[in-house]
Amino acid sequence: MILDIYSFSTLTANIDNSLHNVMAPWLAVATELVLIGLLFLIFYALLGLFLVYLERKVCAVMQNRIGPNRVGKWGILQTIADLIKLVTKELIPIKNADNFLFNLAPFIVIIASFMAMAALPFAKGLQAIDFNIGIFYVIAVSSLGVIGILIAGWSSSSKYSLIGAMRSGAQVVSYELSVGLSLLAIVVYTGSLQLSTIVQSQADGWWIFKGQIPAIIAFIIYLIASTAEINRGPFDLAEAESELTAGFHTEYSGIKFAFFFLAEYINMFIVAGIAATLFLGGWMPLHIGHWEAFNRIMDYIPSIVWFFGKTFFIIYIIMWFKWTFPRLRIDQLLNLEWKYLLPLSLINIVLISFVVLMGWYF
Amino acid sequence: MLLNSLTDMSEETINNVIIKEDDDYVVNMGPQHPSTHGVLRLEVFLNGETVKKLVPHIGYIHRGIEKMCEADTYKQVIHLTDRMDYLSAHMNNEAVCLAVENALGIEVPERVKYIRVILDELTRIASHHLWWSAFGMDLGALTAFFYGMRDREKILAIFEESFGSRLLHSFNTPGGLMHDVHPNFQKHTMEFVKYFRKKLPEYKQLLTDNVIFHNRTKGIGKMSRETAIAYGVTGPSGRGSGFECDVRKVAPYGLYDQIKFKEILHDEGDSFARYLVRMEEMEESLNILEQVADNVPEGDFTAKMKPIIKLPEGEYYQRVETARGELGVYIVSDGKKFPYRMRFRSPNFGNLFVLNTLAKGGLIADLVAISGSLDLVIPDIDR
Amino acid sequence: MKNNVELNAFLTDLLPFASVEQGKQYPEIVVPLEKWHETAQKLYENQQVPFDYMIDFTAVDYLTKFMVVYHLESTQTHDLVVVKTYLEDRQKPLIETVSDVWATAEFNEREVFDLFGIRFHNHPDLRRLFLEDDYGFPLRKDFKDEINVIELSN
Repeated sequence: MILDIYSFSTLTANIDNSLHNVMAPWLAVATELVLIGLLFLIFYALLGLFLVYLERKVCAVMQNRIGPNRVGKWGILQTIADLIKLVTKELIPIKNADNFLFNLAPFIVIIASFMAMAALPFAKGLQAIDFNIGIFYVIAVSSLGVIGILIAGWSSSSKYSLIGAMRSGAQVVSYELSVGLSLLAIVVYTGSLQLSTIVQSQADGWWIFKGQIPAIIAFIIYLIASTAEINRGPFDLAEAESELTAGFHTEYSGIKFAFFFLAEYINMFIVAGIAATLFLGGWMPLHIGHWEAFNRIMDYIPSIVWFFGKTFFIIYIIMWFKWTFPRLRIDQLLNLEWKYLLPLSLINIVLISFVVLMGWYF
Repeated sequence: MLLNSLTDMSEETINNVIIKEDDDYVVNMGPQHPSTHGVLRLEVFLNGETVKKLVPHIGYIHRGIEKMCEADTYKQVIHLTDRMDYLSAHMNNEAVCLAVENALGIEVPERVKYIRVILDELTRIASHHLWWSAFGMDLGALTAFFYGMRDREKILAIFEESFGSRLLHSFNTPGGLMHDVHPNFQKHTMEFVKYFRKKLPEYKQLLTDNVIFHNRTKGIGKMSRETAIAYGVTGPSGRGSGFECDVRKVAPYGLYDQIKFKEILHDEGDSFARYLVRMEEMEESLNILEQVADNVPEGDFTAKMKPIIKLPEGEYYQRVETARGELGVYIVSDGKKFPYRMRFRSPNFGNLFVLNTLAKGGLIADLVAISGSLDLVIPDIDR
Repeated sequence: MKNNVELNAFLTDLLPFASVEQGKQYPEIVVPLEKWHETAQKLYENQQVPFDYMIDFTAVDYLTKFMVVYHLESTQTHDLVVVKTYLEDRQKPLIETVSDVWATAEFNEREVFDLFGIRFHNHPDLRRLFLEDDYGFPLRKDFKDEINVIELSN
């Protein structure tokens, strides 16, 4: 079985016990909530900074450049410098904007991404909430962000913003279907919506290997559709800078813009994290059937490394898309979804149900 | 009789303004917009995302070059022409030089002709590099930009070595060149030709063969040969519609009647055809460079010229193929040292105003793909 | 057409009211102002050498009159002709538009209107192209700019 030496469950249980020893139960729960919140905030900020740095480095490699290299060793502090710049920048008020909605929009976007992160299993025993409807929750929460984008586009009273927001609305609503259906593939395999169960079910092999061809199809569909859902290139129509200058966040400045920026990167992390959890085993090490010795060696790599390794691998693929492909047009984007991806995922679901019924998977 | 009735027309009929319908969604693209490549303002009338009508507004960098020319000697005029189409600076210079030389009946040394052709083609490649980079960026392929810039840098380095400046070198002068080129000029040119032949397949892999790129450009902005001729769309944009407008073939100047090269023609007339014309033109330019760069004869770098050039009274017209199309220089001289009137027929002028015809009925994204494929340089239109 | 003599003969036949002569580079046709639109149509529509490509169109101010110059090319035979018309009335210069013949003329005419103040009858959209509405006509030789003084020395 899987080694427990790297499990976080003993650590979290210890903290829980000691808090309960010194406090009333309700106070202990409240303290835990605050602690987790703080932990997530810090993680969120650091992750955002790191992803921006990573993106700049990856894009530099793709483009024959060095990328940031002046601030700190290898330019590591570049994003921190950028953050300071963004925080200290003036928040330009827009004359005809709907001020309440204009200020609300960045928070909706960032809260949506924040909520989705709660359900992700980062490592063995390291998960904020283990819902029994985890996948459902993640899909539901992560698509809330589009409301923020729509509000941002509408309230800016800028024509470019409005076009960008409408594009984004159409895009997210369409691609949400394919994302849901491709995730459903794994749900059919495991018979559970709970993320921890799904990870456990991959103890003898990841779904992308066990699930035969349908799982691979589902994985590819998920990769395409989720890239579209988080508005990243080549599907970054909502902010297509050569057409709409900056799309829905044209009128935002300073920290409000930074919120959108940060949320985009965190969404990328969440999407990659879900892909890693469902298709690539989450924090589960690479296990192959009954190769006990091999599995044991793999177990010595901590689960948190596995999770982040897989996630960043998928993030790298998503970045790769962005920096090599031209942007699609809005009608082509919708065609791709409604004419190709959606029928394909529906057929795929039928196929998987058949495969599962017949027991034709490992 | 006719004229009498014409003169009576009232002032109001002249300044008719664009009438905006109530349900039009008007978006101003520019003057500061990433894909207009300069200070061009396109007033776009939209229905949803579909372009109903498009009105270009220009004049944001109108510097009155034609007026300024009237106060400059012919040698000084050269430096103004650089600032029109800054990416074809060398060809612009050459147009004025050729006009003056033909007017005076001066035969320039062979060496000058060779070097001018080399510079023409290098400038053309460099200009197409920048267009390729920017076109990729317009379509969202940001990596293309850096590939194009990487190779363009090599050409600019050749320029820098010989002329000290990289973009606007004003190296031509009536009668020849300002000074002789750097001894390494030919060697480095040949090195570039070899280098770029290896790099061209990369361009193909990155953009030309990309499926999304095909979807974005094929069948977009169809321009028939008739439209191209009617609007005076020249250069690669016109040749993408099958309009044989290469001045190097139609009215050869310099060495071009002795060099073997093809005129690239495509009949489809869409954005992709215009793209292919430019890509193949880069290859053709390499062929020309190969023929010329090794055979530059020794000799003077300039013909004997008087310090003050006075053209005989009359009118002179010189056509030159720049990277964007046909540049015409029209000089009216009254025998003094300043031109009485100087007029530049800029290639981008026709290329811009056909945009409404091409973009009508398409989406905003198509508009970007079309205007990118027309390769507009705004200072050239404004002059 | 094979040579300029042939072309000149053809043009004389085509345009009996105009004077055709060989200029320094190209055949030059001078047409009376009233006949300009007719000339344009004849040049464009004739079967032998249809001048369908308008390379260039501009004007020159001679202080007593304006000269309007058209450079036309036939895309079939690659012959080039220069057509000139003189506008004697400098106060209210007016000429017929040829934007219905060559589409590009519409914008070239706007440019000439902008810089010379020459108006074009029947032009669909005669607005200034580069400059503001109350700016003068800078390419006229008697133009004086009081704000940004540019003294021309000749």
